[in-house]
Amino acid sequence: MKMLKYPSMRWRYFKQSVFFALVRASALIITLALGGILLYILANGISVISWDFITQRPTDAMTKGGIMPAILGTIYLTIGAIAIGLPLGIASAVYLTEYARQGRVIRLIKVGINCLAGVPSVVFGLFGMGFFVIFLKFGSSILSGSLTLGFLILPTIIGASEEALKAVPQTFREASLSLGVSKWQTIYRIVLPNALPGILTGSILGIGRAAGETAPIMFTAAAYFTAKLPGSVFDEVMALPYHIYVLATAGTNIEATRPIQFGTVLVLVAVVLGIDLIAILIRASMRKNKRW
Amino acid sequence: MESNVILSVHQVNFYYGVVRALTDISMTFQKNKVTALIGPSGCGKSTLLRLLNRMNELIDATRVEGEILFEGRNIYAPDVDPVEIRRKIGMVFQKPNPFPKTIYNNISYGPRLTTGIPNVDMDALVEQSLRQAVLWDEVKDILNKSAMNLSGGQQQRLCIARALAMKPDILLMDEPTSALDPISTAKIEELIEELKEKYTIIIVTHNMQQAARVSDETAFFYLGNLIEYNKTEKIFTKPDVKQTEDYITGRFG
Repeated sequence: MKMLKYPSMRWRYFKQSVFFALVRASALIITLALGGILLYILANGISVISWDFITQRPTDAMTKGGIMPAILGTIYLTIGAIAIGLPLGIASAVYLTEYARQGRVIRLIKVGINCLAGVPSVVFGLFGMGFFVIFLKFGSSILSGSLTLGFLILPTIIGASEEALKAVPQTFREASLSLGVSKWQTIYRIVLPNALPGILTGSILGIGRAAGETAPIMFTAAAYFTAKLPGSVFDEVMALPYHIYVLATAGTNIEATRPIQFGTVLVLVAVVLGIDLIAILIRASMRKNKRW
Repeated sequence: MESNVILSVHQVNFYYGVVRALTDISMTFQKNKVTALIGPSGCGKSTLLRLLNRMNELIDATRVEGEILFEGRNIYAPDVDPVEIRRKIGMVFQKPNPFPKTIYNNISYGPRLTTGIPNVDMDALVEQSLRQAVLWDEVKDILNKSAMNLSGGQQQRLCIARALAMKPDILLMDEPTSALDPISTAKIEELIEELKEKYTIIIVTHNMQQAARVSDETAFFYLGNLIEYNKTEKIFTKPDVKQTEDYITGRFG
């Protein structure tokens, strides 16, 4: 038998330290990139942030005043997208993991869902305009925008939910079924409660995306400017991402409104982080008693 | 003897996909007795156990042929609801698998969802079930604590109590002590002895001493066939078949 040649211990330690340094550098670069973006936004936008900025309506052709209608609009659209995407996504994932017989049809559906995740958001926007706004006559409204955004985040929520459902130990299902509890009761009482923290974790990503997207809402929900606040789900709203787009490209005085643009970006980031924080808190409180 | 039969298996074949796991099994189980199913790994004993309360159909691409009669009805007849069968034929698994709920809610979970037991009677049922599983004294002050904090042996007795709360006729046990230490094992074995007054118990075990200690009847399986089925005493003293003797004396398996 031929003797294997091992590299010396010193050489192995050297390779290890190089590798560790590379991994550390990667983590650092990502943190720096994120920190850089946030700091840049903060530095440029903080000057316009004031109580009035987040509570007042725009004035003087959107060159002065606040952005309250856009904040409210984005919150409405995000809540709407969650209300549509979360139940539909969880229900689809329950069907795919708990009920459907694994086979060719299911594989095809899963490929379809993955493709949906890769569809550019402007395509969702056009679909929303064609189907919800025009065909179903919902008009450009919170409803159309929420439906479009809900569909946009569906693949994320389905994916997260599938993983979370699969992570619930099979023994829980067996224990429940062996007691003569029906399959639906088992899913509703045992599987879903234990999967919910995981479902929320994954869905946070989708929720953040829904709040920040511009293309899906520009044809379906967002108004260039509207003086009144929405009275029902059939009204159009201003929204933060679209407001930024408008001010930066088509506003009455693009240069003069730069600080307002950055201020709006700052608020958008804060709103997204705020929504994430709420989801994280809900998840933490649900996780407290869940151990296996 | 025939009148005491609670469950009878007639010419059962079982397939995982195209692989046949059980071949032409016919046997009867006696009421209020403990029947042990023994045999080397992969011999089909757990498969047979899980056929008795239709748990195998949770696995895709399985197929069963033949009949299993319980209360005079074939439990595999098309009009029989497996949920009904499982209410009367309970199961305890190899690894303790309490729900991540409180001790109280682990017990009350099944009855609350399947019967209309009012909350006032639930306390009594929980106490009775835990007493039957000889766990009451250890947990009566911590009923609202998570079941996950109990030791493995306590968790397994909790799972037995959970199954008993459904007031089943038959209790199926799939290697219930294989994940437990010797002291917990001894407790479960004592418990089995007490439970057979009221229940019929069918237990799969890898531990031959355990089969000899707790069971009245023993069935030996090998490669999906029922090799020998007789009084436990007979099986462990003078078995009729050479293969049985080889297995129980540790020559293979």
